[in-house]
Amino acid sequence: MTTHPQEAPAESGPLAVRLRGIGKRFPGVIANDDINIDVRRGTIHALVGENGAGKSTLMKILYGVQPPDSGTIEVDGRTMRLSSPADAIQAGIGMVFQHFMLADNLTVLENVVLGAEKMHGIGGAARAKIREISDAYGLGIDPDRRVEDLGVGARQRVEILKVLYRGARTIILDEPTAVLVPQEVEELFDNLRELKREGLAVIFISHKLDEVLSVADDITVIRRGTTVATVEPASVTSRQLAELMVGSELPTPQTEASTVTDHVLLEVRELRLPDPAGGRELLSDVSFRIHRGEVLGIAGVEGNGQSELVEAIMGMRPGMTGRILLDGEPIGRLSTRARREAGIGYIPEDRHRHGLLLDAPLWENRVLGHQTRRPSARGGLIDARAARADTRRIVENYDVRTPGIEVHARALSGGNQQKLIVGREMSGDPVLLIASHPTRGVDVGAQGAIWDHIKTARRAGLAVLLISADLDELIGLSDRIEVILRGRLVGEFDPGAVTPEQLGSAMTGAGQDSAGKETDA
Amino acid sequence: MNVRLTKLLLGLAAPLLALGLAFLITSLVLALAGDPVGAVWSQLLQWPQPRNQINILNNAMVLFLSGLAVSIGFRMNLFNIGVDGQYRVAVFVAAVVAGEAWLPGYANTALAIVCAMLAGALWAGIAGVLKATRGVSEVIATIMLNFIATSLVAYLLAKAAVREEGSNVIGTKVIPESSWIPGIQVWSDVATELYGFIVITVLAGVGYWFVLNKTRFGFELRATGQSATAAVASGVSAKRMTIATMMLSGAVAGLVGLPILFGDSHSYGSTFQSGLGFAGIAIALLGRNHPVGIALGALLFAFLDEQSNPLQILVGVSPDIVAITQGVIVLTVVVSYELVRRYGARLEQRRVAAELAAGVTVAADGDRRDPDPDPSAPSAPDGSRGPGDGDVDLSKETTR
Repeated sequence: MTTHPQEAPAESGPLAVRLRGIGKRFPGVIANDDINIDVRRGTIHALVGENGAGKSTLMKILYGVQPPDSGTIEVDGRTMRLSSPADAIQAGIGMVFQHFMLADNLTVLENVVLGAEKMHGIGGAARAKIREISDAYGLGIDPDRRVEDLGVGARQRVEILKVLYRGARTIILDEPTAVLVPQEVEELFDNLRELKREGLAVIFISHKLDEVLSVADDITVIRRGTTVATVEPASVTSRQLAELMVGSELPTPQTEASTVTDHVLLEVRELRLPDPAGGRELLSDVSFRIHRGEVLGIAGVEGNGQSELVEAIMGMRPGMTGRILLDGEPIGRLSTRARREAGIGYIPEDRHRHGLLLDAPLWENRVLGHQTRRPSARGGLIDARAARADTRRIVENYDVRTPGIEVHARALSGGNQQKLIVGREMSGDPVLLIASHPTRGVDVGAQGAIWDHIKTARRAGLAVLLISADLDELIGLSDRIEVILRGRLVGEFDPGAVTPEQLGSAMTGAGQDSAGKETDA
Repeated sequence: MNVRLTKLLLGLAAPLLALGLAFLITSLVLALAGDPVGAVWSQLLQWPQPRNQINILNNAMVLFLSGLAVSIGFRMNLFNIGVDGQYRVAVFVAAVVAGEAWLPGYANTALAIVCAMLAGALWAGIAGVLKATRGVSEVIATIMLNFIATSLVAYLLAKAAVREEGSNVIGTKVIPESSWIPGIQVWSDVATELYGFIVITVLAGVGYWFVLNKTRFGFELRATGQSATAAVASGVSAKRMTIATMMLSGAVAGLVGLPILFGDSHSYGSTFQSGLGFAGIAIALLGRNHPVGIALGALLFAFLDEQSNPLQILVGVSPDIVAITQGVIVLTVVVSYELVRRYGARLEQRRVAAELAAGVTVAADGDRRDPDPDPSAPSAPDGSRGPGDGDVDLSKETTR
């Protein structure tokens, strides 16, 4: 395929941002080296690359969080030194982070003016300004709503509005679609097109190549800290783009022949979890079965009870009622440790909070969760020698990229941390694997490896409960998909016959009638 | 640079930085007050006399145990401010038990020590249970328990006490001499003896290291301290861990007053040394929760205390200046450790990144993500100050 590296594509409109030769020996996972990007005004410029390729570093440089070691940043034709986010905002650059930075119990107005009180005050003038921006860009935001009453998509629009309110002319969006369902993604893209029509420049960071191809005007690929190509979406396929990112052929999550047996491994009956705050039940009447060699996928918009379901099965949620049977044995009353010892492997959704001791060496992280079992422990003592040896095995078999097993987990990139966790949870021959977002924030290469490991284990008879926000992953890996909505399982789908759009409808409750139980197609 | 050497240097840098800063600030205070800076330091920093050396060791022993007790809590992110109350309750119980002498000789001593540890554990356990079941902050609970302990012990002392003839001092029954722990004569010409309790103190330090670093319980304690959420997900019961850690901390706190009880005072009375629990907090911080560090911190504090005694007479400066130094050390220690920790973390990340960029991993090669032979892909950036040649690092990896 043809790529035309480095040079800006067809000139149209002045440049909003021009980066030349940006380099950074950043104290992180990968340094930036000779980055060249031209972002034209009135366009959406996508930045794609594997995790750890250096996108975040670059955006931190552009947003003034980190100074570059070399290279120049030009904003609207003027060379800038951005030494703080305040400088960046001053220069008209705004950033919308992946994790929203909103105070839930404040109104939209209060959130927007927070820290920018000097611009239009905190009263009527600010409210009018917010309405004006909202109308101008079609954001549909009511300044007096409380943020906690807003959905994820609306919250994201509030974040965009916050940035616009501060006068941004170039907006950076860091993985904005990660938290959205397909319908919301479309709405976001409409908003972004509105922004570029008004002459703003949008820098859009994403993993999801189909989205990038549909919304971007220019796409710059970053690999190993440098820009390898700038392409136009019309001239590439998503596969070619992905290969540019990885620098090699890429994996797909296609399941092979079914390995489902009729041996029920996990049975969950009428699981209920009341809300400790007294609201709607977090889980109501959840029942399902997973067989040996079967992957059950749970699809749902985040916050509909997935985390609660996983934590209830792991024994981390007091107050749960209902029955959980592992291989016929009731485990509903056992402690988390006893459940783990019974053969449940657990890949938590938030690896930093639940999966790792960031300031402990890798081998101690190998022990975590397995501190009662060999090879990590013998009697009441930790067997450091055996744990170290087994950590080396995991590092080797799971391709964890690290200079050694004594480094702290924090020093690894997200993908490598995740591979370590997957390797750890696969040790000790689990019979059931609970995998929450196993490839979230993981680069394409590591993603393929993790999929392979899950598939291999499934062939060997492992039962898997897979929770994921990545519908392609769910469809590709699962033997069966259940949709969860407001704590209930609302529909079962055959991954061989369902489309992401149908799943999306079921997830939002929109298509509950049409999608129904058991698709027939 | 050699990784281990770097770690060692960083580990030494923090306390040295802290001490240097504390030295400066104390000098500044002295200078502002118009006191003779040089004279004060030359008194404080001179090599102690043999008698003073023994005093320093004895005092350090007590401070070490106190620091150890606090640091057990610290390792799990529990702030046990209640060591002061715990050791009071414990030493009172030990004094009563030993004074009653239900058992003969050293059996009596052993029983009293066990009772002291139990008393400390139970007293601290109250705060542990309150935190685990009701979510009461252990800081608040232990502070309150300190007040209650002081009053309770005073109240019980009045009941159990025997008044010495012609004195206002009241105390428990004197422990029979067969149950004393004999001192160790270090210098033949000096009457002051080293507390025999040093044996138990050293054992406590070794035990602390072993339990925390080698046992499953210690691993779970540290894991909970580093990330309570991750520990829970790994199967640790947070509630049980909270109570167990508080009780263990309290048990060690129960030892704090015992060197004095069995080696010097032989009874608990209204004049028994107080405030030992608070010094432990500073020493645990200074010693980075490591037994050797705590020992060095305890020695430093004991040294400063001892050397400051003649300050008033010889230099005409209040010995309280040492309390300022100690207080400042705690502050500078916290700051400098954080600075050094961040610097160290950055250094490690940089090293890992550099070694990975050089294509050195432990992972077997031959997978699909080999270092790209494609010339367009950047290999190790030129002139990077990484560890340089990949082969060198490989050899290092294999020799490990």
